[in-house]
Amino acid sequence: MGAVTWIARRELSNYFGSLTAYIVVILFLLMTGGMFWLDFFQGFPELSMRRLFADAPMFLAFFAPAITMGLVAEEKRSGTLELLMTMPVSDTQVVLGKFFAAVTLLLVTFALTLPYALSISTMGDLDWGPVIGGYAGLVLLGSTYVAVGIMVSSWTKDQIVAILLGFFFCFTLFIMDRMFSNQSGVVAQTFEYLSSNYHFQNIARGVIEVSDVVYYLSVTTICLTAARVTLAARRW
Amino acid sequence: MSASKPNKGSTRPVSVEVKNLTRKYGDFVALDNVSFEVHAGEIVGFLGPNGAGKTTAMKILTCFMGASSGQARVAGFDVAEQSMEVRKRVGYLPETVPLYPDMLVYDYLAFIARMRQVPADKIESHIRDTAKVCGLTHRINSYIRELSKGYRQRVGLAQALIHKPEVVILDEPTSGLDPNQIVEIRDLIKDIGREKTIIFSTHILSEVAAVCDRIIIVNQGKLVADGTVQELEARVRKEDFFNVVLAGKGEAEMRKFAQHALKLKGAKQADVVDSQGKQSTVTVSCSPGANIGSALAKIATELGLELVELRRDSLTLEDIFRTLTGDAEQVAAERRRRALRLLSGDGVTLTEADKYGPVGAASEDKGDDADASGDAADNDPDEAPAKAKGDARKAG
Repeated sequence: MGAVTWIARRELSNYFGSLTAYIVVILFLLMTGGMFWLDFFQGFPELSMRRLFADAPMFLAFFAPAITMGLVAEEKRSGTLELLMTMPVSDTQVVLGKFFAAVTLLLVTFALTLPYALSISTMGDLDWGPVIGGYAGLVLLGSTYVAVGIMVSSWTKDQIVAILLGFFFCFTLFIMDRMFSNQSGVVAQTFEYLSSNYHFQNIARGVIEVSDVVYYLSVTTICLTAARVTLAARRW
Repeated sequence: MSASKPNKGSTRPVSVEVKNLTRKYGDFVALDNVSFEVHAGEIVGFLGPNGAGKTTAMKILTCFMGASSGQARVAGFDVAEQSMEVRKRVGYLPETVPLYPDMLVYDYLAFIARMRQVPADKIESHIRDTAKVCGLTHRINSYIRELSKGYRQRVGLAQALIHKPEVVILDEPTSGLDPNQIVEIRDLIKDIGREKTIIFSTHILSEVAAVCDRIIIVNQGKLVADGTVQELEARVRKEDFFNVVLAGKGEAEMRKFAQHALKLKGAKQADVVDSQGKQSTVTVSCSPGANIGSALAKIATELGLELVELRRDSLTLEDIFRTLTGDAEQVAAERRRRALRLLSGDGVTLTEADKYGPVGAASEDKGDDADASGDAADNDPDEAPAKAKGDARKAG
């Protein structure tokens, strides 16, 4: 196995060895699940997961920075980054290892919401297209937020700074399409295109389009590259 | 034995080679055109005041940081161009011990071993060997957060050794440890140094004397000295002191002894100090390297005095360090004061001028310590030429 895997495994065992992973998973399930089931039983019962996918992007904007805040900042603070950076691994490998660890934790969290879909499907004929699209969207969106979180974590030694910056950037991405909701034109379209939520809602309808996927992959790549450059900057 | 030490390294291949290395942080020059070599199997102490550039140099050698200009080669590879090759061959313990507190010692070492590309089938044996060397065997299944400072330091050392590197770079490996732990870590370094090239920084000077083959001193980013303890001592030493404790006869005899001592080649000044009952101490200062110890003993015997103690006040590493990195004048003055520390109350100082004069004409020095140092400062500039003259006269 390569260095990326070993770094990811170490981060994961760190997540599950401490309370972080459990708190993130439980809180995420409580909040999204609470919204989902309260709505399901109190509103007009609807055989879809739309409710979950409507709320998840906003919650993710808060949970993703919570799991990424320490990934680089804490290593900087404790001095272990110096160790990592003097081992025969590239900066890219370090960043990717951490990225995959955080994405894996999100995957576990998402997997734990699958029972919602399964229990609804017993009640009637569930259209699986939007469900699969929604989960695909969650993974893409989650990866993007994780990349943003790693980027801001690489900027500071302070986890609090990292989480606050992470909230800010993720939430800004999330809310962008609503800044010009009633207008048309290039500016509004640009903002709409930059919004993480806009693309997510496209995918969650069950139609996975290339432009949406490209959006997530490019934001992810840009942020991870920024993190890598920040790490490399110590050499200058 | 000690004379063969510098040769020990130079016959072996060069393991670390630093050429005109400069590192700037903005306008601040942390390392200024530093060059040195370390041979395979040498233990080199990297000394300097805080902020002298030790850590910066180590960070460059371990590929954590780049240099502004100049080259460095470690284990035969350039740190800038062949960084990965260097990293495979170097073990590094940074100043802040890099530990993951929530890991078991074993898991931590296994992680480092994998990252350091130790083959999978050898990881187990490497961990076992390293744990044994570092005295960690019985704590291998403890969480790092539960370990004491001393054990954490050992884990830090173990991580630097786990892949059996050719070169080991340790940044203040003994800082923050208690005296027992310092001795343990020091012994450990000596042990490891039998096989590997070690560069370690410290500001505990006794450590260097106890462990190192060679010392490199940096100050304000510049290399100020590079050599064995003996070499540096010879470079710094301006004056030697012999303390002779005599017993038996009265003060007149002591003065006679001092006067005879002054006639020895290289002797500059003799002080009869601290007459306590039947014992007196005579301090003879002489030019560096003058080996007048046995001659002094002979004079004492000839005069029928009982020789209680004869001790050469050698230059300490602190003196060397401070002379090279700070105020040389002040260090010399302090050393003089220390050698003459017994000079309190009634004492007699015989100087060059008294060498051929009657004993009675010896100048009386009734000063205390402070006066003695004042004297030293006053005499200093004149001493060298006076001594040269004295020597010339004797030779002629």
